[in-house]
Amino acid sequence: MIGADIQILMPEVVLAVYAMGALMAAVYTTKDGMAPLLTWATSGLFVLLAVWIGINGQGTNAAFGGMFVDDGFARFAKITILVSAAAVLLMSESYMQQRGLLRFEYPILVALAVVGMMVMVSAGDLMALYMGLELQSLSLYVIASLRRDSVKSTEAGLKYFVLGALSSGLLLYGASLTYGFAGTTLFTGIIEATAHEPSLGLLFGLVFLIAGFAFKVSAAPFHMWTPDVYEGSPTPVTAFFATAPKVAAMALFARVVHDAFGGIVGDWQQIVAFLAVVSMFLGAIAAIGQKDIKRLMAYSSIAHMGFALMGLAAGTAFGVQAMLIYMAIYVTMNIGTFAFILGMERDGRPVTNIDSLKMYSKQQPLRALAMLVLLFSLAGVPPMVGFFGKFYVLRAAYDGGLAWLAVAGVIASVIGAFYYLRIVYFMYFGEEGEALDGKMNPVLWAFLMGSAAIMLVGVVNLFGIEPAAAAAAATLVN
Amino acid sequence: MTVFAFIFYLFAVTTVAGGLMTVVSRNPVHSVLWLILAFLSSAGLFVTLGAEFVAMLLIIVYVGAVAVLFLFVVMMLDVDFAELKAEMTKYLPLALLIGVVVLMQLALALGVWGFADGVDGRIAAPTGDLDNTRALGLLVYDKYLLLFQLAGLILLVAMIGAIVLTLRHRVDIKRQNVLAQMYRDPAKAMELKDVKPGQGL
Repeated sequence: MIGADIQILMPEVVLAVYAMGALMAAVYTTKDGMAPLLTWATSGLFVLLAVWIGINGQGTNAAFGGMFVDDGFARFAKITILVSAAAVLLMSESYMQQRGLLRFEYPILVALAVVGMMVMVSAGDLMALYMGLELQSLSLYVIASLRRDSVKSTEAGLKYFVLGALSSGLLLYGASLTYGFAGTTLFTGIIEATAHEPSLGLLFGLVFLIAGFAFKVSAAPFHMWTPDVYEGSPTPVTAFFATAPKVAAMALFARVVHDAFGGIVGDWQQIVAFLAVVSMFLGAIAAIGQKDIKRLMAYSSIAHMGFALMGLAAGTAFGVQAMLIYMAIYVTMNIGTFAFILGMERDGRPVTNIDSLKMYSKQQPLRALAMLVLLFSLAGVPPMVGFFGKFYVLRAAYDGGLAWLAVAGVIASVIGAFYYLRIVYFMYFGEEGEALDGKMNPVLWAFLMGSAAIMLVGVVNLFGIEPAAAAAAATLVN
Repeated sequence: MTVFAFIFYLFAVTTVAGGLMTVVSRNPVHSVLWLILAFLSSAGLFVTLGAEFVAMLLIIVYVGAVAVLFLFVVMMLDVDFAELKAEMTKYLPLALLIGVVVLMQLALALGVWGFADGVDGRIAAPTGDLDNTRALGLLVYDKYLLLFQLAGLILLVAMIGAIVLTLRHRVDIKRQNVLAQMYRDPAKAMELKDVKPGQGL
């Protein structure tokens, strides 16, 4: 019986065993000398596991008495997480190496964080959910303060840790209230218990749980940590924060509200809609004054989380599908944008000020063009793929009877377009300033161009992501 | 009131009071001592539940190890708590307001608390001849094996994190080389010289 359970859990087991084996191998050999090799090996393994999950996964399997669920939804989220984590690891190698930050623990901690994320999206029980979440968060706290000689990086790690602990506390309190009502922590048990008449106490539990998730996805008004952590962490780590953990937290959010509280959609719908509308507007308005591109990306991610939550707020299978498509597109755009940010250097030093991009198009026309495509896509300008992501969530909200939310989303995205377009303005029309370094690491270049190309070519059929997301959403909402 | 209920309320009130005093007491060392009281009385609560093994664990691990560690940390770190407190008093009115509002809301929720159907059956203690350690073992190593292993991974991450963030390899110090120590040969390490009286070396 336990063999069958582990069979279902195999990708996670393989990754965890790999992480431990790599740790031992590096400690007993050349330590940090192994780091580049481990980085490549880890991202290779991520891609392999993604392919394995994509080919091998079939049907809905529950392991360990329902605590771990492997279904289409989990597999979609896992593939997105694995591929984006692999991309970010590859991008970070040269940057970290140049600045002496490439310690061998970095890829190992990323691998363990990914194990946590995979457990999160597959959780079928409040306790398994918490274990996955903590495994992910704890690894992220450490890599946020990886540059331990820098006050900002340490501050980022500490801030993330303290606020993350607070949000875990809220989440646990919500989980205990839910358990107090339902008498079980299994999602299947909770949804049965809520079938009759949910009590006020359960609602409190739900609200606390959602507050905890909102912290993790950095939705306003629980977003305070995001700009500081994004700014203070080393840029590759910021790129990682903006991609895989966001997908995991959002998938976890969707799983809990649908798998455990799917019977009381009306009760959480308004909370999620509120989070969505506040995040969209706060992300759009607060980003306007930002000078640092990493802080700007932090606010941009808050706004994007608002849009993804809008899909979730619809409370329908189409809403979940829209959210999954939105997250996949968001992650692709962010990988490209961060590849560009990682390549922003002057005299070999990283530059994050927006002003440094003045007249970038004259120095590097191709890279400026790729960034323009990505920024248009982030803003949701029609011919790019980013527009389709927004289109899906807006339609989901409208179909779900939340027309006001869709209208608010359109207004927020118009406001948000300003700061993306301002960067485009700097690159193409600003006054000429001090030039950035011309050369760019080929890996970064490839990711920047690849991501930009996807934003253009994906318009044709979104690379078939739509039916996949629909199938994934159907397994979650039924 | 039965004796059992009396004991329960005694421990429950002590736990809450201990927790409250941990937060409000001015001296951090006193805070830790209050925390120990809270741990001890929650151990008492576990005994009333019939979980004596967990109660003993709580005392040995939390009171015996963790709290003492806390005490050392508090005494060794030279943190000016008075200054931190002064900063805190600035926000006290707002914090109090929020606290009172949340407390009232929680009272409202707990006041009308209702259970789902069939909860009693799900949370009933297992009957039969099952002692504490065996029941715990069945849970931890069988039913919740996945969670147990994940908890192990979390602890591993905590360990890696502590090493990554604090360990520095200094090159200017002498290190212990265990192998060199073990392969040391007394015959080569020491040389006997026969010094004649009245002569130097």
